[in-house]
Amino acid sequence: MKPAPFAYKKVRTLKEAVTLLAKHKDNARLLAGGQSLIATLNMRLSAPALLIDINDLKGLDGIVKKGKFVEVGALARHAQVERSDVISRYAPLIALAMPHIGHPAIRNRGSFGGSIAFADPAAELPACLLALGGEVEIASTKGKRKVKADAFFKGLFETAVRPHEIVTAIRIPVADKYTRVGFAELARRHGDYAIVGLAASARANGKGLADVRLAYFGVGDTPIRVKKAEAELTAGNIDAAVSALDLEPHDDVQATAKVKKHLAGVLLRRVATQLLEARP
Amino acid sequence: MNDRTLDISLTVNGARVQECVEARKTLVDFLREDLALTGSHVGCEHGVCGACTVRVNGEIVRGCLMLAVQCDGAEVETIEGLSDSGGVSDLQAAFEQRNALQCGYCTPGMIAAAQDLLKRAKKLPSRDEIREHLSGNYCRCTGYHAIVDAVEAVAQARAGAKK
Repeated sequence: MKPAPFAYKKVRTLKEAVTLLAKHKDNARLLAGGQSLIATLNMRLSAPALLIDINDLKGLDGIVKKGKFVEVGALARHAQVERSDVISRYAPLIALAMPHIGHPAIRNRGSFGGSIAFADPAAELPACLLALGGEVEIASTKGKRKVKADAFFKGLFETAVRPHEIVTAIRIPVADKYTRVGFAELARRHGDYAIVGLAASARANGKGLADVRLAYFGVGDTPIRVKKAEAELTAGNIDAAVSALDLEPHDDVQATAKVKKHLAGVLLRRVATQLLEARP
Repeated sequence: MNDRTLDISLTVNGARVQECVEARKTLVDFLREDLALTGSHVGCEHGVCGACTVRVNGEIVRGCLMLAVQCDGAEVETIEGLSDSGGVSDLQAAFEQRNALQCGYCTPGMIAAAQDLLKRAKKLPSRDEIREHLSGNYCRCTGYHAIVDAVEAVAQARAGAKK
């Protein structure tokens, strides 16, 4: 299908973007990488009156280490993040996840902030952000605010971002020598949305783990932390962690709920192994 | 002239193009309908099949997931341009020799994606890497083996030619 008609405005400053958003609110959509938005426009699942193209905004695509955080500008492309030395050194979980996001042609356009703001429940980056306990910087005409990952994902495609707001940056805690990360995903075809996926982070604590954070994707309306399993894994019990998985996935076109639950356990064992291995 | 229709100016296959387009028109529809460059194909229209793969500013993109108005000022290359440049003639020949196409619908996108891999690869890509790079391009005829064979053969030939 083809998109319904809409007006199009390319903005060059953040102020211009938030002013237009404040005026049009839900009738407008921000166009960043467009790799989800334009698909929904083509299928007429979305029909905004106005598209605000933010691709020419300057200074929104940086990837820099700032103190204890790696700050990724909302407009940084997946391909840029995938090739970033800052990401591979200081945000190894993101580096593990990047090759699973779409295909090369998608990663050339898709944006980091767009993926977080869109919050597809089967997408990799929202789960990574949750597993890492990162935060999202959001701007509006009234200024900027920050929201922690645990409070950011509210429901199916629903986040803490309000209609008049824009995601400007994502902040991820810098990894150090005690940081452990793990990532695994099952998809029918490489690069497709996950049937089930798991992003994880922890701190090395002697031979065991502390601060385990396990974030599943593809098994609910949002990326989901499994706190009982986290506690079991912190105590060193992988079998108990698998038994403690309290996920309630729904059947979807890819797999039944029962299969998804089984696969979630399989992934937990794989990721637990990754977490327990020392990073080189 | 209003916000729903805009003038754009871009380069397509090296030629300067100025057109007035509807904001809602995707890049691939613009190429096919306004410029009669029908080598880029329209398959799924939601970024899954890869038949519309073209290059924008040197990078492969989905022609169905970019609007023509977004290409104002950009350099776009389609399979027509890639083909005329001679840069993919070895890939085209290998596809033909190995029966890496049957209906041919996916082929322009496959060639563009394969060329992207070979251009970018710092070392000889493995069969797994070839499969991974082409994972975003559906072929419903060949079962992919012949396509991977063709790309692998060209990768080896180009590496050999460099030595």
